[in-house]
Formats: sequence, C-alpha cells, structure tokens
Amino acid sequence: MILRLSDLNVISKSVRLKSTLTTFFDEIGKDIIIKSSSTGIYENLALEDWIHDYVDLQNRNILLLCRNSPAVVIGRHQNPWQECNLPLMRRLGIPLARRRSGGGTVFHDTGNINMTFFTSKKKYDRHRNLTVVTNALKELRPNLDVNSTDRFDILLNGHYKISGTAAKLGRTAAYHHCTLLCSVDRSLLSSVLKSNNSQVIKSNATPSVPSPVKNLMDVDPSLDTDTVMEAIASQYKKEFDFATPVITVDPTHESLMPGVHKMTRDLLTWEWVYGKTPKFSVSTSVVVDRVNITLDMDIKNGKVERFDIGFPDGWLPLEIVNEFTSTMNGSRFCPRETAVLLSAFIRTNSLAADIAEKIHRLCEGVISVM
Amino acid sequence: MAAVITVRGPFAFMRRLVSARLHKHCCSRVQAACLAYRPHSYSLTAGQQRRFFRTSYAAAGPIMQFKLSDIGEGIMEVTVKEWYVKVGDKVSQFDSICEVQSDKASVTITSRYDGIIRKLYYDIDSIANVGNPLVDIETEAGEVEGPQEDVVETPPMSQEEHTHQEIKGQKTQATPAVRRLATENNIKLSEVVASGKDGRILKEDILNFIAQQTGAILPPAPFQEIRPPPPAPAVPSAPAKPKTPAPSIPTPVIPKPVFTGKDRTEPVKGFQKAMVKTMSSALKIPHFGYCDEVDLTQLVRLRSELKGLSESRGMKLSYMPFFMKLRNISFFLDVQIIAQAAHNIGLAMDTTQGLLVPNVKNVQMLSVFEIAVELNRLQILGASGQLGASDLTGGTFTLSNIGSIGGTYAKPVILPPEVAIGALGKMQVLPRFNSKGDLVKAHIMNVSWSADHRIIDGATMCRFSNMWRSYLENPASMVLDLK
Repeated sequence: MILRLSDLNVISKSVRLKSTLTTFFDEIGKDIIIKSSSTGIYENLALEDWIHDYVDLQNRNILLLCRNSPAVVIGRHQNPWQECNLPLMRRLGIPLARRRSGGGTVFHDTGNINMTFFTSKKKYDRHRNLTVVTNALKELRPNLDVNSTDRFDILLNGHYKISGTAAKLGRTAAYHHCTLLCSVDRSLLSSVLKSNNSQVIKSNATPSVPSPVKNLMDVDPSLDTDTVMEAIASQYKKEFDFATPVITVDPTHESLMPGVHKMTRDLLTWEWVYGKTPKFSVSTSVVVDRVNITLDMDIKNGKVERFDIGFPDGWLPLEIVNEFTSTMNGSRFCPRETAVLLSAFIRTNSLAADIAEKIHRLCEGVISVM
Repeated sequence: MAAVITVRGPFAFMRRLVSARLHKHCCSRVQAACLAYRPHSYSLTAGQQRRFFRTSYAAAGPIMQFKLSDIGEGIMEVTVKEWYVKVGDKVSQFDSICEVQSDKASVTITSRYDGIIRKLYYDIDSIANVGNPLVDIETEAGEVEGPQEDVVETPPMSQEEHTHQEIKGQKTQATPAVRRLATENNIKLSEVVASGKDGRILKEDILNFIAQQTGAILPPAPFQEIRPPPPAPAVPSAPAKPKTPAPSIPTPVIPKPVFTGKDRTEPVKGFQKAMVKTMSSALKIPHFGYCDEVDLTQLVRLRSELKGLSESRGMKLSYMPFFMKLRNISFFLDVQIIAQAAHNIGLAMDTTQGLLVPNVKNVQMLSVFEIAVELNRLQILGASGQLGASDLTGGTFTLSNIGSIGGTYAKPVILPPEVAIGALGKMQVLPRFNSKGDLVKAHIMNVSWSADHRIIDGATMCRFSNMWRSYLENPASMVLDLK
C-alpha cells in the first residue's frame, strides 16, 4: 500500500490507468501535507523536484515532511571539497548529495526534520513559512525561546541555530525548504562538516556560514521528531485553513510519479554531485624525502584542467613528468580514479624503482586533497 | 476596415490578399514570413505582392532585450551562477537560460521568447540587477512582441514518452483533422497524452492511445495527410476515410518498426582510459597459454574442517588464500620466475567501475589466515570504491577468480610489468576415476595460465603448474614445506 488514507474509496477511484499523483491531489483537495515513507536522501530530493515540476501549484500550497538517514547535502553552487570532510564520509559510508536549491551545507540524519513549503512563485513567502514552524514549537512548549532571523535561520535561546533555509524558484512555482534539529548526532555533524582542505582551495563557490547548533531535545527531551512533525502539520493546517489528513507517499513509485526514477538517478551521478562545482583551484605541497614539491591544479566541472608540479631540477626526468601531467589532465578530481590512473601509469611506463616511488608519493599528495 | 476601402486591383491580388491574411492566423508558425505588406495599410499598386514567403532570412529579426524580472521578496540583485545557453544557441519560450542565486535562493530564469541568443550580459559570479537586461534574443521577424508579464501556465510536460499528464481545463490543442480522427474513434481529446509542442495533440498520439486501449498495433490507417485547412471555408466534400474494402479479412500489416536508437561515440576517459593504456601495453608481451585441471576434493574437505575455526576468529575462509599461498611456495621451491623478493599477489576484482587489481603484499610472510584477512579488507574497500594507490600498485603476479562469476577456461591477459597470470574457472562436481579404478565424485577446477614467452618457456610453466597442483590436490604435503 503506497498511499495510506482512511478513505479507501478515494484510492480505488483514482487508480485508473493514467492516474498520477497530480490527479490524486486534485481529488483530495486544494492544500495538502505529504510525508515521505523513505529515508533515502536522493529519493526525497527527487520527490521534491517532481512535485515542483509536475504539480500545479498556482492555487495550492503543499508541505512535504521527511527525514533522512545520515547524509551531507550541499547547496547548488557549493564546493564539497571545501565544505565537508570527504575522506571521513567515505570511510563512514555517509553519502553526499547536491540539492537544486541554493544555500549552505547541512548534515542530515533521522534526528533532523526536513520541511519543504511549495507555493506558486507569487505566493513565495519564507517568513510566513518560518512563522508556521516557530508557532508550532511555541504551541507545544510556550516557554520555548525560538525566533526566526532575517537570514531565515531559526535560533534557540537567541544563540543556537536549530534551522537553516534554502529555496528554489522556477518559472511559475517555488519551494522553500528548511531543516529542524531535534536529536541529531552533534559530534558526527561537526566532524563531517569540517573540511581539512579549505585552506588549499580557492573558489567562488557559495561558502557556508558555520554556527553553533543545538538540538531541541537538548532543552526538552520530549521534543522528538514525531512530536514536532505532528505539531508542524497541525500549525500548517491552521495557517492555510484546511483539514485534509497527512498523506504518506513512497517516492520510488514510478507509475504514480512518472519520471521520478530518472530524477533520482540524475541526482546520484558524479557529474551532478561533484561535476557541478564552480571552477576552483588547489595549491598544495607534498614533501618527498625532504624535498618540497608544489602542486597546482585548476578544476573545472570536477575535472582537472591544469596540473602543474613544481620540483627542483633533476628530481624527476622531464618526460615522465610531462607524461604524468597529461595523464592527470582531463581526469576527475576523485581519489578512486586517480589511484587507478596511477597504477596504469606505473604499469605502462617502465620506471626505475626510485622514480616509481617518487611518482607514487606525489600522487598520494594529490589524493590527500581530493 | 477592409469593407470601407475599395480595391481597384486585379481579382487575383484580392484573393491572395485575403488568403494570406487567413494563412497568417491559421498557421502556427510562419517560418520566414516576411509578408510584403502590413495588415492595415493596403497598397493599391498591383505587381508588388508577387511573393508572400521568402525561403531565407533576408534581414535579422528584431533583437529583444530580455530583462531580469522581479524575483520576489524585494530582491534587487542576484549573482549569476551558471549559464545554460551561449551566444548562437536557439532557444524556445520557457527553456532555461541561466541559474542565479540570491540569499540562499537559487532561481532558474527561463526564456520569454523564441529565438537565438545574441548576447549574454554577465559573466559567471557577476552581480545582475533586477530590471536590467540579462540576454539579447533575436526573435523571428514578424512576431508580435512578447508579453511583459510572465505567463502563468500549468507546469511543463515531461520529456518521457509515456507521460500521464492530463490537460486540465485548457482548450486542448489539435488540428481539425486530428479532432475528426478522435471523434470517429469515440476518443475524448482530454484523455489523450499530447506529444506535440505546447500540448498539441498529434495524429500519432491518437493512434498510440488507440493501441494502448486495444492492446494491438493497428495497421496504418488509410487517412489523408493532415494539412492546415484550406482558406475557403468549404464543406469537406471528400470523406476523410475511403470506404474499407469488402468483408474478406485483410492481411495484417505490421508497420515497419522504426529503430530510433542511435550509435553513440563517447570519449574514452578515466577508468576506461587506464584500461586501454594497460591493455595496449600488454599487447607487446608475447603470451602463451597453458591450462590444466585440478582435483580439489581434498582441499574442499580441509576447508570445511577449518571453517569453524576461522569463523570463530571472525573470518570467512574461501579458497583464494590457499591458491595464493601455494603459488608462493611453488615459487620458492622450484621455479624462480621473478627476481623480486616481495611476492605481491594481485587479485582481479570486478567492481562497479570495472576491473581493478589490488594486491596482497608480501604473501611470503603471511599465513593462510592472514592472507584471508587481507583479502577481506581489499574486497570491502573494492566494493565501496575506496581502494588506494598503494593497494593498486606494486603487484608482481595476478590471480583472477573468474570462476566465481562463471566459466571454466579463459585466456587471461598479463598485466605489465608482470610475467604471468592465472585464471581460475568455476569449481564443478564431476565424475572421475580414482587410483583403484572406482568412479568417484570429484571437485574439479580448471586453471588457465598465461605467461610471457620471452622469459618463461613451456616446460617451466608446466613444472610450476604441476607443483602448484600437487599441493592443492594433497594439502597435507603443505605442512612439510610451509614457511
């Protein structure tokens, strides 16, 4: 059962051959609250995109609620190498996703509530949406000191950030989404969102503004994600004046949402997650047997566009350096791919042992920045 | 008003005048329509209007300056983050032009006009002001100036073929001939999925709808070609469909399937490039192959005895650690194929990116269990795409367990600068005769070696393989020679 509703008749009427979620919404009513049954970050981002692209939002408001298993989500124009600790994420198996809206980097886990407010472009009003959230929290706990700022954050006790915002405006519709920290793993959050390479990277990508954070459950243990989501749903219904129950949707259901599979796949590709990084350059150095070697790279669309090694004369034969540089040019700025290119390089160029060793160490220096 | 002006020109001119006006209204897009007159100024001199259509653009169309419209929330400036078009690209109304960002909001700007991009006003990361021009679009001549306000419309159609998009409350777009086809087949236009531009329903859409409903591929309908209606509002004299022939069952005509797949040329890059380079280098090595059959019945027994012990140490024991270790012993005892002291035995691994060959370092110093632990570590890293440079380099010999996927014999390619490689086929239970002449069940695996004939000759390979095989067939003899 993908759609859970009290009224089964509504479902059977709607499940005709050409029925989709849009027709279903029309039968349900004007404004709707949806909850996603999945905790997959890419699936939930694809669900957001699908609703934005295919649902008629001119006279309708939709609220989408979901939670995700641990993941890091960067904004549309951000640089993941600058924003998060990619080696740590790889070791822990935490996926990286890039969303289509702007804004900064967030860490998601099931203690973090995600809310997306869909409206027509004309009715786009972020302050109104945030007021729904703060009012919902104040309904639950009247003494709670939560307020939204003019940077569209929500602060707890005037100091701790518990919610960040991002938005996407299309031709006719818009969505504003934000997070809410209820019971997130704070130590994991801070270690994953700290990049070791921010000094060596120069870029114009949107930087994140780090702030001290706190969980709602830290101040009141009864404020868990389920309680808070319920409160937000009721406040939203009050604000927009409707009473339809919350619908749960499975974002992998292709026949209900034609095109959603492709949207999910598109969000998973390397070209989208890493390749959409605005142009940046890396300047670092590596010490090999007490010799300092400088490395300068320009990365465009996630691929190495320029690769320069600075080394003292005679440290490496020039042809080998040129051969290595041409191997690196055009390759992805990705440790996996670089390791494979290095092994192929060493195999196909018969190198003396010491030269092979130097190239190896050089490469490790490059990989450490990726 | 036309009624007031008396036209004194020839009748032919009069007719063309009227039909040309109707054409302009009826046709959806008049391609190079430089009509030689303006609607409200009639020239009375005949001979001027000979040609109504030109086949080429004699002059450029008007350049429309597309200004950055209001984003909302009182925002006055945005940063241009990405261009989706460049100068010279053809765009249609509602195509995406660029992505701008303002204060945590990412906005997709779509085109207001159809035409060709002639100028981009900003570079990436520059600040654009609301109300100032963003791009110049050369629209087609004769087009009416686009609306100043963004047109509010239902969301765009999906590009996917079988969209189930309903056309809500809008007048469905279809030519009269298509409408006729629909009425004749009792089809409601609102139920048909439109694939034409702007939600226009085409003849193919009706046919597809019918096919879906009846579940059959229909013979090509004997209809006339769909044409814009003639200017004179004549009653259609000829019926749209000629009478179907007499009662005999017509032979089914399957329309010739049109294969729309296209060949794709992709540049070789990344992993693929590495593979191409390695294999091209391998081609220089003169390979010779040598295959044999190994009876692993005893080894199977040994492994099942050791399984419990290994699992109590937290490790699942496979056959590979045995294959690797015994290979190493054979080296020492008889055949010194490589001068290298370190025996780093590689394992060919099939990953989502393709073939990777990480190696276990210094097999000569490791016990079978330690090799198993190391293999496990490499397999986990390989599966999650985290094999490092040191794991992938330094191999001196490779084993490929292609049999775990399938196959018996193979002809593996040596990975330079190594001198030999072995491919292990799958283990099968087969009937064999034992030394007493009884028929027994045996666990048989085939091994295929390839070696560099510049360095190794057939006899050497044979002796090495025999030695390796004898250890595997009599694992107890390992005990004598294990170091």
